[in-house]
Amino acid sequence: MNFQLPDLTPMIPELLMTALALIVILIDLLIKKKEVIALISIAGVAVVALSLVGSSGITFGGMYISDGYSTFFKLIFFINVILTILISIKYIAVEKVNYGEYYSLILFSTIGMMIMASAGDLIVLYLGLELMALSTYVLAGFIRHDIKSNEAALKYFLLGAFSSAFLLYGISIVYGLTGTTDLKAIASFINERGLTDNFSLLLSVIFLIVAFGFKIAAAPFHMWAPDVYEGAPTSITAFMSVGPKAAGFAVLGRVFMVAFVSVKVDWVAILIPISILTMAVGNIVALSQTNIKRMLAYSSIAHAGYALLGIITANNEGLASMMNYLMIYAFMNIGAFAVIIMLRSEGFKGDSIYDYEGLAKTHPLAAVLMLIFMFSLTGIPPTAGFIGKLYIFMAAINAGYTWLVVIAVIFSAISAYFYLRIIMYMYMKEPKTSVQLSVSPGIALALAITVIAVLVIGVLPSAVINFARIAASGF
Amino acid sequence: MEQVIMNQLSYPILSTVIFLPVLGALLILITRRSWELLTKWIALGTSILTFIVSLTLFTDFDKSTHKMQFAEKFSWIPDWNIYYFLGVDGISVLFVLLSALIAILCVLISWDSIKTKVKEFYISILLTTSFMIGVFCSLDFFLFYLFWEAMLIPMFLIIGVWGGPNRIYAAIKFFLYTLVGSVLMLVGIIVLYLYAGNTFNILDLMTKTYPYNMQLWLFWAFFAAFAVKVPMWPVHTWLPDAHTEAPTAGSVILAAILIKMGAYGFLRFSLPLFPEASKAMVPVMLTLSVIAIIYGAVICFAQTDLKRLIAYSSVSHMGFVTLGIFALNTQGIEGGILQMLNHGIVTGALFLSVGIIYERTHSRLIADYGGLATPMPIYAAFFMVFTLAAVGLPGTNGFIGEFLILLGGFTANKLAGVLGATGIIIGAGYMLWLYQKIFFTEVNKKVMGLPDMDIRETITLIPLIILVLWIGIYPNPFLDFMHPSVQHLLERVNTGGVQEANIAKTIMEVIR
Repeated sequence: MNFQLPDLTPMIPELLMTALALIVILIDLLIKKKEVIALISIAGVAVVALSLVGSSGITFGGMYISDGYSTFFKLIFFINVILTILISIKYIAVEKVNYGEYYSLILFSTIGMMIMASAGDLIVLYLGLELMALSTYVLAGFIRHDIKSNEAALKYFLLGAFSSAFLLYGISIVYGLTGTTDLKAIASFINERGLTDNFSLLLSVIFLIVAFGFKIAAAPFHMWAPDVYEGAPTSITAFMSVGPKAAGFAVLGRVFMVAFVSVKVDWVAILIPISILTMAVGNIVALSQTNIKRMLAYSSIAHAGYALLGIITANNEGLASMMNYLMIYAFMNIGAFAVIIMLRSEGFKGDSIYDYEGLAKTHPLAAVLMLIFMFSLTGIPPTAGFIGKLYIFMAAINAGYTWLVVIAVIFSAISAYFYLRIIMYMYMKEPKTSVQLSVSPGIALALAITVIAVLVIGVLPSAVINFARIAASGF
Repeated sequence: MEQVIMNQLSYPILSTVIFLPVLGALLILITRRSWELLTKWIALGTSILTFIVSLTLFTDFDKSTHKMQFAEKFSWIPDWNIYYFLGVDGISVLFVLLSALIAILCVLISWDSIKTKVKEFYISILLTTSFMIGVFCSLDFFLFYLFWEAMLIPMFLIIGVWGGPNRIYAAIKFFLYTLVGSVLMLVGIIVLYLYAGNTFNILDLMTKTYPYNMQLWLFWAFFAAFAVKVPMWPVHTWLPDAHTEAPTAGSVILAAILIKMGAYGFLRFSLPLFPEASKAMVPVMLTLSVIAIIYGAVICFAQTDLKRLIAYSSVSHMGFVTLGIFALNTQGIEGGILQMLNHGIVTGALFLSVGIIYERTHSRLIADYGGLATPMPIYAAFFMVFTLAAVGLPGTNGFIGEFLILLGGFTANKLAGVLGATGIIIGAGYMLWLYQKIFFTEVNKKVMGLPDMDIRETITLIPLIILVLWIGIYPNPFLDFMHPSVQHLLERVNTGGVQEANIAKTIMEVIR
């Protein structure tokens, strides 16, 4: 019997990333200056990103798919990981947790996300999801000496394990029904046997929605998010609010649009109330937050609600708009977190919104940047946030969900209040405490990248839209 | 039929007018914070330059056509079929000029009164100017919406950072009110875009007909945005707060330009895009207009705060504008447009004037003044002219506008005309009452020995005095701009954009 090695080209980025993560663990033993490890990680991720080109294909008998869709999401993950490392370098030193494992965990988590985006099989999906989740649990509790960070990690872990159980249960029902875990095979089995009205199938769809809803922090599965976001190291909060969320959307899109496309009506009917509830909870509860990390946690929940509209649309245009939104969200959200991280310095937490009082007077540049990110999160042109929302709304209205978009824009107007409040504190109040900014080259670079991206995509969105469209069309 | 005349000048004049202020703002951005004087001069220089460039629009404008002129069109976001498409017609050109003029006055009036965050202030003023002009020039809905919303950012800061004691409340209220309206319009815009086959081109959209039900929904979606901006009763409540708390320049921009955008929106979009719905909604719109006229005027009597009084008088005056627009006849609409211009000039001037004494006394309470004509006779004379213009005395611009509107109003609906006319009487009442309280009666101790206006302040007001009298005595140069465009608009409204009607009309002409 001769053993044939499967075609590994579609996996090259993942393999390289794994190698990078292992190298980072090893050199951590040799290198004392942890900043060097950060730089190596960034350079490594850049190389991996280059390997995305020409990695397209399907391998392992359809279990692993590298197509435009996965490539777009992987790009989001790379942006996420690079920006996160840039804003972490000084921050984890300030928090006194400057260990090399931090970077390797981030890289492992990213590998998990990449596998999720490429998964053509529910088992591979589960593998990726667990790799991502386990690494993130550890990262959430990375500030070992901080009780809040510990709490965050434990909460995240318990609820995450719970959602994994849901996922596995859903997968097992699907397997019991169809005898396969391959997404395409599931779809054809449902069609051939006319299972569209099957109750068990509906049940498995619900279980999968619960599990994915947990990852993207959609209401009512969002309860973990505020506590975890608040307690986790701020850099990891930024990481979590973009990466795992995007990965969740990636699998949500692929699983439902490939495996369950014939029961579209069912899952759309379930996702619509979830999306409305998510926007409502996120935007309304955010109004009363006084901790900025908590506020952005709720804001992140709300943004998941908008992005869900793209999935509800259930067509390629909708997926493209969702992908475009997540890409833009990565820039503006990490940008906002970068400003928050700058406020954290030795002996000063800087995560209360009152710490922003008079920031425009003491640190005008930081205030302007925060202003741009806040307006972008609100969705005011000419920032990228507006383009993201516009695209989602256009796709949703085109699919006939005008009433849903009206609800979305109303919530988006409500959200203006809590974003404006930050601007109001920065520009319209007098400084009470003297805030020291902990600026580092890494943060400066991250801020420069994010602010330029937010403004350029806001005015010239063609490239990103085009890319998202092409990526979603080859589905 | 080609609806536009491309720009014939050797340079893109509309883009220049829009982006010169942005350039000025960038220049200010890179100047050092301590060089306040240079900052002011850059702001003044750019705004004057912008105005000079925009004057070409006044002189070279072809008044014989309704077509969009000085047009510029470039592909911008091909994926969504979005163009960078600018152009002005008889309805918009005057507002471009007014915006450019007001920018200069705003810089001048703030020269001494803005002492904190000087750099940010002038950047905000210049950006607002740029976005406002952009709103009036855009012929692509995406571009329009971009300017329309972007304007909120600097305006929010102007009110909230440099405003009065209750500024934060006013700024947030202003922002949220306008945002809620705007996002509903955005939904409407997207619906239009998809219905018309993926185009944001306003001129293309205007050539299509939409089902009546759709027109009705969209009319209200757009109404939400425009009525808040105008502001029409009952969504006017942000205006008194914003006007009162904003710094002088902010009040002037709000009064002179920003609230005109609502009425401009009705003219530019609601009427030609949804002619059937507009006609059906005339009774509602006239009722709301009349309520605004009378309610705004009556409530002025109860005001103790100078700026608040002028703000409420704005509600009343803008009621006239919407009354004229929804009379849906030539006199009404031309009167409405002219009154928008007039209101911009007169209310702008009144806010500038209030700013001048506020700088001296730091009080806006009417009770703190009295006998001001004694220490400040020149100021009193200027204020008199503006008061009379606000009242609508023949010979001032207010008269022409209100006269045309009432003429149109009577033709459309007698009751609305009569009720609207009472607004003028009440208006005369409160303005003269205000003038008397401030300038006559006994000289209040607080105003004794105040210096009269200096040269800078006089220069600020002179252009507005000239315009008040010019339009008042010889309005034709201004009305001439509008005739073809208004005629074209009315044709579109009356034929409902239905092609058959046009054909019927040609047949009738042939038979004759």
